[in-house]
Amino acid sequence: MKTFHIGGVHPAENKLSAGSPIREAALPKQAVFSMFQHIGAPAKPVVQKGDVVKVGTLLAEAGGFVSAPIYSSVSGKVNKIDAVLDASGTRRMAVIVDVEGDEWEESIDRSKDIVRLSDRPELDSKTIVEKIKNAGIVGLGGATFPCHVKLTPPPGSKADCVIINAVECEPYLTADHRLMLEHPEEILVGVDLIMKAVNVTKGYVGIENNKPDAIKLMTEKAKQYPNIEIVSLKVKYPQGGEKQLIDAVIGRQVPAPPAIPINVGAVVQNVGTAFAIYEAVMKNKPLVDRIITVTGKSVKNPSNLLARLGTPFQLLIDECGGLPEDTGKIIGGGPMMGKALLSLEVPMTKGSSGLLLMNEKEARRSEPQPCIRCAKCVGACPMGLEPFLLSKVSAMEEWEIAEKNDIVSCIECGSCQFTCPSNRPLLDMIRVGKTTVMGIIRSRTSKS
Amino acid sequence: MNVILIAVITLGVIGLVSSLVLYFISHKFAVHEDPRIAQVSDVLPQANCGGCGYPGCSGFAAACVKAADAGSLEGKLCPVGGQPVMEQVAGILGMAAVASAPKVAVVRCNGTCENRPRNAEFNGAHSCRVQQMTGMGETACGYGCLGCGDCVKKCQFGALSMDVTTGLPVVDEDKCTACGACSKACPRGIIEIRLKGPKGRRVVVLCNNKDKGAVANKACKASCIGCGKCVKTCDKFEAITLENNLAYIDAEKCKMCRKCEEACPKGAIHAFNFPPRKPKAEESTIQSTQTPMQNAEPSKAE
Repeated sequence: MKTFHIGGVHPAENKLSAGSPIREAALPKQAVFSMFQHIGAPAKPVVQKGDVVKVGTLLAEAGGFVSAPIYSSVSGKVNKIDAVLDASGTRRMAVIVDVEGDEWEESIDRSKDIVRLSDRPELDSKTIVEKIKNAGIVGLGGATFPCHVKLTPPPGSKADCVIINAVECEPYLTADHRLMLEHPEEILVGVDLIMKAVNVTKGYVGIENNKPDAIKLMTEKAKQYPNIEIVSLKVKYPQGGEKQLIDAVIGRQVPAPPAIPINVGAVVQNVGTAFAIYEAVMKNKPLVDRIITVTGKSVKNPSNLLARLGTPFQLLIDECGGLPEDTGKIIGGGPMMGKALLSLEVPMTKGSSGLLLMNEKEARRSEPQPCIRCAKCVGACPMGLEPFLLSKVSAMEEWEIAEKNDIVSCIECGSCQFTCPSNRPLLDMIRVGKTTVMGIIRSRTSKS
Repeated sequence: MNVILIAVITLGVIGLVSSLVLYFISHKFAVHEDPRIAQVSDVLPQANCGGCGYPGCSGFAAACVKAADAGSLEGKLCPVGGQPVMEQVAGILGMAAVASAPKVAVVRCNGTCENRPRNAEFNGAHSCRVQQMTGMGETACGYGCLGCGDCVKKCQFGALSMDVTTGLPVVDEDKCTACGACSKACPRGIIEIRLKGPKGRRVVVLCNNKDKGAVANKACKASCIGCGKCVKTCDKFEAITLENNLAYIDAEKCKMCRKCEEACPKGAIHAFNFPPRKPKAEESTIQSTQTPMQNAEPSKAE
C-alpha cells in the first residue's frame, strides 16, 4: 500500500458523518462575504450599498494575480460594506447582503446533465484557465490558494501529471468522501479539465483506504477515462499535504522552499476543487457554494451540507440539531489544522471544509510538562524537521538557528504537538518562528 | 645530564623563536582602537539592552566617539544612564552634552478585567505573540493588552510586573529606563516610550483601539471611541490628533491643562502623577474605578 515516507501520525478517524448524504442547507437571512476568502491580495468590492444582486453576480473583483473574485451566493440587496469578524479571528472587510428570494443569474446552467470534455471540443487550455480564474475558484481543501495560479506554471517548468487530493486525512471531515460518492462523474470530468488546462496526459486521484466505497465507485467510473488512475493510499496523517501526497502517489520529493510541486512536475488539486472546476467550466457556475461537514461527538445529527458561501455558522449548526450543551470549542476546519472560532456569527468562506463542535473535555489542552527528549516529534514530523528544537529556538528568538534548521519548511500539520507525551505547545511556538523568519527572508530578498 | 641540557636548549630556542614570531605578528596585525572608546564604554551602564539603538554598550561607545569626531553628540542617548551618563560621556569626549528629556514606558491600555469582559478563552502557549496569531485574543478588543506578559519577560530592569487584579502590566517609573525592550516585545504595540513630563506629570490616551466607535464601545468600557471631543477642547494647543478612530496626545505640545481628561466621555484619557483634584472637580471625572496603574499613590506621596 502506498503512502509517504517520512513521519506521520494516525489520529482517531471519527468519521461520524460518512453515512449522511449531502443535503442543501437553508438560505440565510443575511449573507456576509469576506474579502479575504483566499491567500493573496484581498478582493476589491465592485458593488455599492443598495445594489440588487442575484446568485452569481460579481461582488468583488480580484485584487491582483494571486487573488480571486467573489460572487454573490444569494439574491437580494447589498446592505453595507463593513469590517466584520471572520474565521481568522480578526475584523476584516466584507460585503453584507440582505437575502430576498432565490434568483440566479441566467447564464448559469442549473441542470443536472453531465457535460463531458468530448462534448465541448472547442475548449482549449487557455479558455479553461480563464474560466477558472473568472469563477473565483480557490483550493477548496482549506488552503484557499487561487486555483488559476497553480494552473499557470511559471516559465521554465513543465507539469507532467495532475494529482487529485481526495485523501481527506483530517479526522471527522467527510465532505470530500460524500462528494465522491454522489458526484463521481462530475469529478472525473473536472480532472480531465485540469489535465487539459496544464496539457498533461496523466492524472491520479489519491484516496485513503478508509473510504473503500469511494475507491470502488471511482475506479469503476474511471474505466471510461484511461488516463486517470485511482490510487488507494494507506491511512496516515498528513497525507493530504501537497508534498506528502506527491511522495505517496508518484514517489517524488519536493525540495525545501522556495521549491514548489511544479518543480517536480506535479500539479495538485483538491477533489472539491475539481468538482468546482467542472461546474465553472461546463455549467458557467462561479464558486457560490460548497460542501461542509458539520460534526462532533455531541452533535445530534452530524451532516454534510451543501451550503451557500456567506452563511453564518450558527445556521449550519441549527440545521444539524442545534448547539450541544457541552460544547467547549467550535473549530472551523478539521481538528488537526482547523482554527477555533470566536463567534457563531462568523460566515462560511470558500475554505470552510468543516465545522467541528468539540465537547468541553476534548477542547481543553492538558498542562504542558517539561520536554523529556523522547524525540517522538522528530519521528512524527512529515517534513523531517526537529520540532522540539524549532519550538525552543522560536521561544528564545534565535531566528538564525531557526532558519538554518528549515523552519520555513514546516507545513503546520500539528503532528508534533499531537504526538508529544508532555503536551508541549510545539506548533504554537513554531508558527511564531515561521512567520518571523519568513518576514526576515522577505525583507532580505526585497533589499537585495 | 647531557639529555637535560639538550632539552633545555631546544625548548629555549623554540620559545625564543615563537616569541619573536608573536612579537612581529602582534605589531603587524595590531588593531588600533581609539582609547576614548574604552573610556566611554567604562562609564556606560553595561546593561547591553540595545535601547540606544546600537548593539550593546561598546557599540554605542564607538558611535559616540565617531559622532564626536563629526562634531556633535546630537541624537545619541543612553536611555538607561540618562542625562548624568551622557554628561560624563561628553566630558570624556570634550563636548557639550545635548540636553534630553527623560522618557518612560506607558502602557496604553486600560482594558482591566472589569472594563473589558472576556468572551473567549485561550489555553495555548502562554505568550502574547502566540495569542496574537490566533486573532482577537480573549476579549472583543483586537488592539488591547493580551495579558501574557511578554513585555514583563523582556524587561531587564525589573520595572514591569503584571497586576493580577487588572491583568495589565504595571510600569515602575523609578526603575524604568525607557530602553524600549517592552515596546518592541508587545505584538500589539501598546507600550509607548513617552516623555516623562515635568515632575513625571503627563496626560495620555490609555487606549489603542482603532475600531469604529460602536465596536470599540462594545468591546471595552474604557476604550477611545474616536468621538473627537478631546480634539475640540484642545483647539488652542492642537496637541490632540484623531486618526483611525483613535485620539493621540502629542506630549511635546501638551500643556497639561487636563481639559481633555474631563471632556472624554469614556474616561480613556488619564493624567499621571497630578495632585488630587479639588472635590468639586473630582465628581465630574469618570468613575474612579478606572484609575490606572500608579496614578493615585505617587501623587498622594507628593
